[in-house]
Amino acid sequence: MNGLFERKYIIQGIFIAIAVIISARLFYLQLIDKSYLLSANNNVLRKMVIYPARGVILDRHGEVLVQNEPVYDLLVTPREVKEIDTALLCELVGIDHEGFVRRMNSARSYSPYKASQFEKQIPATAYAKLQEHLYKFRGFYVQNRTVRSYPDSVAPQFLGYIQEVNDRDIERSNGFYRPGDYIGASGVESAYEDLLRGQRGVKNVMVDVFNRPQGVFAEGRYDTLAVAGDGLVSSLDKELQILAEKLMKNKIGSVVAIEPATGEILTFVSSPGYDPNMMVGRERGNNYMKLLHDPYKPMFIRPTQAQYPPGSVFKVVAALIAQQAGTINAQTVFNCPGGYRYGGGRGFMRCTHVDGSIPLIPAIQRSCNTYFGYTYARMIDHRSGMPSAKAYELWREAVMKFGIGQSLGIDLPGEKSGLLPTADFYTKRYGNAKWGSGFNISLSIGQGEMGITPLQMANIMAIVANRGFYYRPHLIKAIGEQQITKPEFTEKISAGVDAAYYEPVIEGLSRAVNVPGGTGYSVRIAGIEMCGKTGTAQNPHGENHAVFFAFAPRENPKIAIAVFVENAGYGGTWAGPIASMLIEKYLKDTITLPKYIQDRIYNADLLPKPKTPKAAETVAVNRPPEATPKSEPEEEAVYVHHSLLSARHE
Amino acid sequence: MSNPHRQRLFGGDVDWFTILIWFVLCVIGWFNIHAAVYDPEHPSLFSMSTNYGKQSIYIFSAIIIAVAMLIVDAKFYSSIAPVLYALTVLLLIVVLLVGRNVGGNQSWIPLGGFRLQPSEFAKLATCLLLARYLSAQSNKTPNLKSLFIGVAIALLPVVLVLLQRDTGSALVFFSLVFVFYREGYISSQWLLIGATCILLFVLTLVFNQWAVILVLAAVCGIGVYLSRKKRKAITGLVFLFACATVYVLSVEFVYENVLQSHHRNRIDVVLGKIDDPRGEGYNLHQSIIAIGSGQFWGKGYLQGTQTKYNFVPEQSTDFIFCTVGEEWGFVGSMVVIGIYLTLLLRIVNIAERQRTAFARIYAYGVACILFFHFAINIGMTIGIVPIIGIPLPFVSYGGSSLWSFTILLFIMLKFDANRKGIV
Repeated sequence: MNGLFERKYIIQGIFIAIAVIISARLFYLQLIDKSYLLSANNNVLRKMVIYPARGVILDRHGEVLVQNEPVYDLLVTPREVKEIDTALLCELVGIDHEGFVRRMNSARSYSPYKASQFEKQIPATAYAKLQEHLYKFRGFYVQNRTVRSYPDSVAPQFLGYIQEVNDRDIERSNGFYRPGDYIGASGVESAYEDLLRGQRGVKNVMVDVFNRPQGVFAEGRYDTLAVAGDGLVSSLDKELQILAEKLMKNKIGSVVAIEPATGEILTFVSSPGYDPNMMVGRERGNNYMKLLHDPYKPMFIRPTQAQYPPGSVFKVVAALIAQQAGTINAQTVFNCPGGYRYGGGRGFMRCTHVDGSIPLIPAIQRSCNTYFGYTYARMIDHRSGMPSAKAYELWREAVMKFGIGQSLGIDLPGEKSGLLPTADFYTKRYGNAKWGSGFNISLSIGQGEMGITPLQMANIMAIVANRGFYYRPHLIKAIGEQQITKPEFTEKISAGVDAAYYEPVIEGLSRAVNVPGGTGYSVRIAGIEMCGKTGTAQNPHGENHAVFFAFAPRENPKIAIAVFVENAGYGGTWAGPIASMLIEKYLKDTITLPKYIQDRIYNADLLPKPKTPKAAETVAVNRPPEATPKSEPEEEAVYVHHSLLSARHE
Repeated sequence: MSNPHRQRLFGGDVDWFTILIWFVLCVIGWFNIHAAVYDPEHPSLFSMSTNYGKQSIYIFSAIIIAVAMLIVDAKFYSSIAPVLYALTVLLLIVVLLVGRNVGGNQSWIPLGGFRLQPSEFAKLATCLLLARYLSAQSNKTPNLKSLFIGVAIALLPVVLVLLQRDTGSALVFFSLVFVFYREGYISSQWLLIGATCILLFVLTLVFNQWAVILVLAAVCGIGVYLSRKKRKAITGLVFLFACATVYVLSVEFVYENVLQSHHRNRIDVVLGKIDDPRGEGYNLHQSIIAIGSGQFWGKGYLQGTQTKYNFVPEQSTDFIFCTVGEEWGFVGSMVVIGIYLTLLLRIVNIAERQRTAFARIYAYGVACILFFHFAINIGMTIGIVPIIGIPLPFVSYGGSSLWSFTILLFIMLKFDANRKGIV
């Protein structure tokens, strides 16, 4: 031992000091700072979303309209990709080499360590082939999802479509949706989004440093199951819908059929349509643009968004409200010299016939303009002690009870209300309130500043069929397992006219079909008393639109229908047979109309030939593509301003 | 030592307590290596192909080596020291020529299915030769000449190891400074000056160099004021201040021009000058998360997500302490640190009880090397020293490291067992 012995203590002291420093640091890391446990959990915990199956939509007989079909998303984790046969992969996925490089680059820029989408929605057939070779492609994974599938490709505008959510959807949903989610974008998919989408499940998975799943966290204690979306039962009759779409092929227009006793819509055709399967899968983007730029506007939901002057059907309404108001009754007779003279003889509204003295029933049957000119004059000009403007407001209120000029509340987005001007509109137009029936006489026959949708027209027929009331027309009759019907669709709504006043009108409509010489005589149905009429919706832009509206049978009616064929001219030629066939098919499950008439309808091509058809000049697109601003284009009622001279029929 | 037979085993008083500590550390190492490489998807019970399987073999062979070290005659170690040293130097040169590059370091010699890391054995050879040389000088007063020769013995392997770009192993030799201190070649002031230099180095990097100089000037000013009556002290203080200023001013230059960029980055990460948990700081960041998330009791054996799912790099070798910290928590960490500290203090005590200078100096060498590994390895996992790739003795995975530390320790135990005899 030498004198340096005590240096032992210094050295040991240094050892102890260092150990204390290390311990102090550990004390801080492990006991004071609590953030590291969180960081460690963030490292390994991944919340995996389990997508629920979207609700299936059935028709009224339980036939499938929309179902789900599995597709496969191919994911890639760029860091793990090593020495793969790119040519083979490109071939299997159906992309070219440039596409491969582009996808890899975008995946890499997202994250080299995290999986991102390489190719979306690979159909099951392509997936089968890909799966065989997948083991060769390190770093590629498949995640299955479901997409919508439409087995019969029917009712595209009614069903609508889904699309990936955009930033605005996400913001509006308070974070419910996440990028990559799908949301109903039009039709029922949009209207019933909250029910159809179901509830996402969450699975807490632990991953390793390469983001590879390593098992469930905490034995699944924090996991939630996905809840499938509610199924919907539609009011549509699939058979009838398919037939109607077939009949409307190569024609522009609408067919709406309603079950009067319930307000359930049996047929909802907007023509031209498209195959709803086009809005699914990898070609969706291209198809969407194609449909958007189609000159015949297949995305336009004509039954609820197209507005036409109602024409003849309005005479039915006019007759009913005039009786209720007491200005005419079933026996009231007017003289028709072939037209209605008004404004002190300055104006003349022509009639198609010279009928002489004509009572109400034939007036309906023969659609006498003169009769309803007088009726309108009595309603507006001769209400006791009432200025015209005031009388007009009363008249307008009565008309609105038939669903004209207000939206009916159908369960589809974007329904139009139609057009029915207020008294103020005319006061403003003529500078003072001293106007009378002569100033807007065309309203008496459903022309001029009046517009209704095909749905509203069918609903008027339902009101007549019911003799005075209707249920809100709707497309979904039952929701979910409990088959719930929305309460607003079970509420009986009165049209404000007593049942007794309907009989002469119905008699007139029946005669129009069932008495030789009636406008609908050629499409009458043996064994069924159909009540209906042809009509013509004036079109200032070209050929008039053919209209047929009807209900059947007369007693205990089962179906009310409105058929519009745009630019088809006279209603009896095109719209009548279509309505007749549909009614017969629905009531008797057969069609007895002569074969040659049927073939003529099936084979007709009534699409307007000019490059820009007059069908619909503005289109209400519920969801414009991402690039355009999201404001919903406000549609003008383009059909009604056909003439500022409407009060000067010559 | 109640059993007289056991006392006589290996020809002397074997320090069973140290052997127990050594064995406990090996077992702790094995369990943590198992946890570190544990694959929850394939929790096979035992496989020789895994790291913990191999480590079992290494531990078993280390026991045999330990016994062999105790059996060999103590005089042999002293006489073989120059040969061993020469051989190691030769190997270090060979490794430069044929070495396999593993993890940026060219420090392995492939021998069939087995790799030899000569730098591990260089520590042993250096310790032995240094002990032999310094003990031969121990009857003289320490002089500069023997200091220089002693330092040269330690520095030769440093140079060769540095050429292999294995900075960590090279730095280990600097811990031998305590040996020179204990033997009187270095005074306490120099130890203090050395510590101050390190402190100034760190301060200069963290703060502005001028700020450091300003603070130094203020301290010196106060010193001058307090000792204003003593001219000599004032001159000394001014001289010290001048030296410190030059030193501080040179730090930046050395830092930017002498150190390699990855060394600079590692230092910057520890100093908090680089905040890049995904890049440069990834290892340290994940290591601290692992240890910090262990909290008081730890997550439990095989439950450490950071290690189980490979977030921590090199987790069975250099970062083995992460597994300890994460799965055994503060309690487990304290136990391991306690065991190490006990071992280090014990070795110093053993050193001091030796009768020969040779055995004492050697034992101090062992203490220094183990201490350096312990402090730097754990220090780097918790972010108080830059990341330097050196293993935690007896705990980290690896045959070369386990065997060389075992040999190092058991030669010392042999000397100790023989301390009553004459070497």
